[in-house]
Amino acid sequence: MTEPVVDYAEVLTRYEPVLGLEVHVELATASKMFCGCATEFGAAPNTQTCPVCLGLPGALPVSNDTALASIVRIGLALNCTIAADSRFARKNYFYPDMPKDFQISQYDEPLCTDGWLDVPVVDPESQTDGVIRVGIERVHMEEDTGKLTHAGSTGRIHDAGYSLVDYNRSGIPLVEIVTRPITATGALAPQVARAYVTQLRDLLRALAVSDVRMEQGSLRCDVNVSLAPIGATAWGTRTETKNVNSLRSVERAVRYEMSRQAARLDAGQSIVQETRHFHEADGTTSAGRSKEQAEDYRYFPEPDLVPIQPDPAWVARLREDLPAAPHLRREQLHAEWGFTAAEMRDVVNAGAVELIAATVAAGTTPAGARKWWLGELARRATQLGVSAADLPITPAAVARIEQLVDAGTLTDTLARQVIEGVLAGEGEPDAVIAARDLQVVGGDGELGVAVDAALAAEPEVVERIRAGKHAAVGVIVGAVMKQTRGRADAARVRALVFERLGVVDEAAG
Amino acid sequence: MSPQAITRAEALTLAAQIAAGELSAREVTEAHLARIAEVDPLVGAFLHVDADGARAQADAVDAQRAAGEPLGPLAGVPLALKDVLVQRGIPTTCGSRILEGWRPPYDATVVTRLRAAGVVILGKANCDEFAMGSSTENSAYHPTRNPWALDRVPGGSSGGSAAAVAAHLAPLAIGTDTGGSIRQPAALTGIVGAKPTYGGVSRYGLVAFASSLDQAGPMARTVADTAALHEVIAGHDPRDATSIPQQWPGLRAAAEAGAAEGLTGMRIGVIAEHDGPGWDAQVRAVTADAIDRLQHLGAEVVTVSVPHVVHALAAYYLIAPSEASSNLARFDGMRYGLRVGGDDDSVAAVMSATRAAGFGPEVKRRIMLGTFALSTGYYEAYYRSAQQVRRLIADDFAAAFTHCDALVGPTSPLPAFPLGERIDDPLAMYLADLATLPASLAGLPAMSVPIGLTPAGAAPALPVGLQIIAAATADATMYRVAGALAADQQQQWGGLLLDRAPSLSGGRP
Ligand SMILES: [Zn+2]
Repeated sequence: MTEPVVDYAEVLTRYEPVLGLEVHVELATASKMFCGCATEFGAAPNTQTCPVCLGLPGALPVSNDTALASIVRIGLALNCTIAADSRFARKNYFYPDMPKDFQISQYDEPLCTDGWLDVPVVDPESQTDGVIRVGIERVHMEEDTGKLTHAGSTGRIHDAGYSLVDYNRSGIPLVEIVTRPITATGALAPQVARAYVTQLRDLLRALAVSDVRMEQGSLRCDVNVSLAPIGATAWGTRTETKNVNSLRSVERAVRYEMSRQAARLDAGQSIVQETRHFHEADGTTSAGRSKEQAEDYRYFPEPDLVPIQPDPAWVARLREDLPAAPHLRREQLHAEWGFTAAEMRDVVNAGAVELIAATVAAGTTPAGARKWWLGELARRATQLGVSAADLPITPAAVARIEQLVDAGTLTDTLARQVIEGVLAGEGEPDAVIAARDLQVVGGDGELGVAVDAALAAEPEVVERIRAGKHAAVGVIVGAVMKQTRGRADAARVRALVFERLGVVDEAAG
Repeated sequence: MSPQAITRAEALTLAAQIAAGELSAREVTEAHLARIAEVDPLVGAFLHVDADGARAQADAVDAQRAAGEPLGPLAGVPLALKDVLVQRGIPTTCGSRILEGWRPPYDATVVTRLRAAGVVILGKANCDEFAMGSSTENSAYHPTRNPWALDRVPGGSSGGSAAAVAAHLAPLAIGTDTGGSIRQPAALTGIVGAKPTYGGVSRYGLVAFASSLDQAGPMARTVADTAALHEVIAGHDPRDATSIPQQWPGLRAAAEAGAAEGLTGMRIGVIAEHDGPGWDAQVRAVTADAIDRLQHLGAEVVTVSVPHVVHALAAYYLIAPSEASSNLARFDGMRYGLRVGGDDDSVAAVMSATRAAGFGPEVKRRIMLGTFALSTGYYEAYYRSAQQVRRLIADDFAAAFTHCDALVGPTSPLPAFPLGERIDDPLAMYLADLATLPASLAGLPAMSVPIGLTPAGAAPALPVGLQIIAAATADATMYRVAGALAADQQQQWGGLLLDRAPSLSGGRP
């Protein structure tokens, strides 16, 4: 059931939006938050569990120091105050994905508070760069839940015959980053929301604290939106759209909620304070739980854990080791990479700064990294409606592919096939190459045989080439490519043909 | 030694004879298994006897000795383990139907330490359901009877552990104490029981009732045995974040020092608030005699006011049920233990049916109390103010310990009461812990030692215990006082108070 909406441009003639964003980030620690279990993504269900993360009677949590260091680094990078004394709290509610039927989280004593993040926003009309400072209310630590899979035709809980639960994710450290209300963005609201999440994701990637893969759920976003009539002094009632899982969806969710809320307000209806679900397919949201149905979580200090009291000297060391702030880091990378201003701007707009940095770190030239992230991978991302960072391919894999191209083991065409395989989940590049048999066919052995066969099969074409119609070589090259299923280097084939025929290639330099 | 002499011997005597090769661990275990078979049908101390496992542990000790390997300090000595501590592969019910049939896949740290010391675990001792109660009548399986008078309760919640030791079914037992659950049953059965400083013994593998209060501790017939067992189970555990990072040597030595040197130079405070017309006259008389003996042993005895202890009961019955309501949430039928409901029922229906059927009335009462106390709008008035009272009580004790080495008073306001007398009157039952709650709230070490009998009359002669409380981490001081009293009693009585209990042999009282 779709709800009435107001045209977006019209919304802005009457209402001013206020945004709030809650981002959940799964930390990339080797072990879980409160036990020693591994955190690797994709392991067989319930193989990365122990009495603690299964919540077995008698088991107790013990904090992971690496995770605490990660959240302090995030807090520092977001210009937060690090609390001298902070506590874990229990958030109590019953749900089968939560083995203890409470979640260890933080409530009124979070570890990091009162920070900010500067977000670059381009004004679409003037095309000028601007910066919006987003206030950070708090950054706190909690544990992830297990994962439910509903067995049934629709995958929804109400239609499920039964549900399966995988506790591998249970207890993985999660950091929740909550903004202060973001006001006065006007028409830019959806764009600001997207730019904030993009900027935050880049910052987290630069800190190397998380994989920040939205499609794998290691970065999840809840979007709060309210509208107030222009000029009003009080804010409107907000809705909270949960688990918006791509950058594009963040933007769409804000835009849709603005249009939907405007339609209700125009019709004299009130906005219900509720959680809402986002639907990727049509970009709409639908009602979840209302505030009246909201559970009383009965928070109280977690008695199994002692207060977190970070040593100031340790915090100071973490502060010193932080990477440069995003804009400084961009300037520094720009200089290192030697891109033109226009090239760098494209990279920034594509949200590929940290992807290229990570790819270069894995062993390619900056130009080589840029070629893939702004070329083939950007194209694939657009096709799939996700950002390049959300593609299921790592910078290390891209670096490997570029290295193989550089070494002549892959042609660009073959490399694109390798990328296709990696994105299809066929494994890392070398595995895809082996499985799909994608190596370039070598020069004078196998390739020579294929060239000779093609020449023998096309005597008329051979005569035309000899007669000076060099363009006809394309027929022979095409035949060889067909014969080798595309694994040959076309330029090499062309050279071999002219060499065999004793003709000088006019096109060759 | 005859089997009868074995079951009446001290743990340290048995350990010495086993180490010297004068007794085999197997012989000792067999003597106790035979005594259990004969007497436990009357007493009901055990929920599960692991005869084969006990024999295997005993044989391992004998093999170790035969091979000339060093033995642990209590190698070959049998022990009863309260059924709220997990032992790998052995049914652990916490006295509840909700865990019927569950076999834990891991050992509590206390169990690991007992194994390392060579202690032979005979089986799981009965208790009030999830350690909630003061009579062991809240066990979902069967009540335990007091070996001094089988129509009376042994106290609780560690009533099975206390009765096992008092009935000579085991020379040692592990109990747990949240508000008095080691000390009160020790007093009611004429044995020694100690609650260590909070954090002294690891809680890993102790099924939580109230996490900020729960402590496992030793129970035995003599002070020296109690101290020896305490030394075995105490010590830092990285799996428990609230575990104190220190070792606890010198407890036995302190008891021996008290026995040899008396109490000269010590100042002992009598808690003014734990005396008066509301307390049983016979208990008051026996306690007064014991306090005289302390003076006789050289201590300076003074009366001390700990004013806020009068609020201990109210604070305890907010804090403990609040934590319990959260700790017991996990028993929802999803992962282990009881599950009530069919395949067509919803998760919520299965959870509530399981909890309705699996928990007894006292557990339900406390879950409801705690859920209410933590709910929005009530948290400040109940949980938060109870924590403030707790702080005031701790401050009172800290002030008292600036001028006293130890505090004493009756462990229980009344001796063992008849089965059934208080089970339908929760408030009357809660009063049984009046004297033990304050030290629990303050996290202090406290123990009960037998000091005499009420005069026989309408009721039979029943044991009375003296509670000795020391400052935090001063567990050794408490043993020094207990050691002095025990040596004095040995001289006066020519044996243990328990020697006057009915023998229960021949399957009849
Ligand atoms: Zn685990």
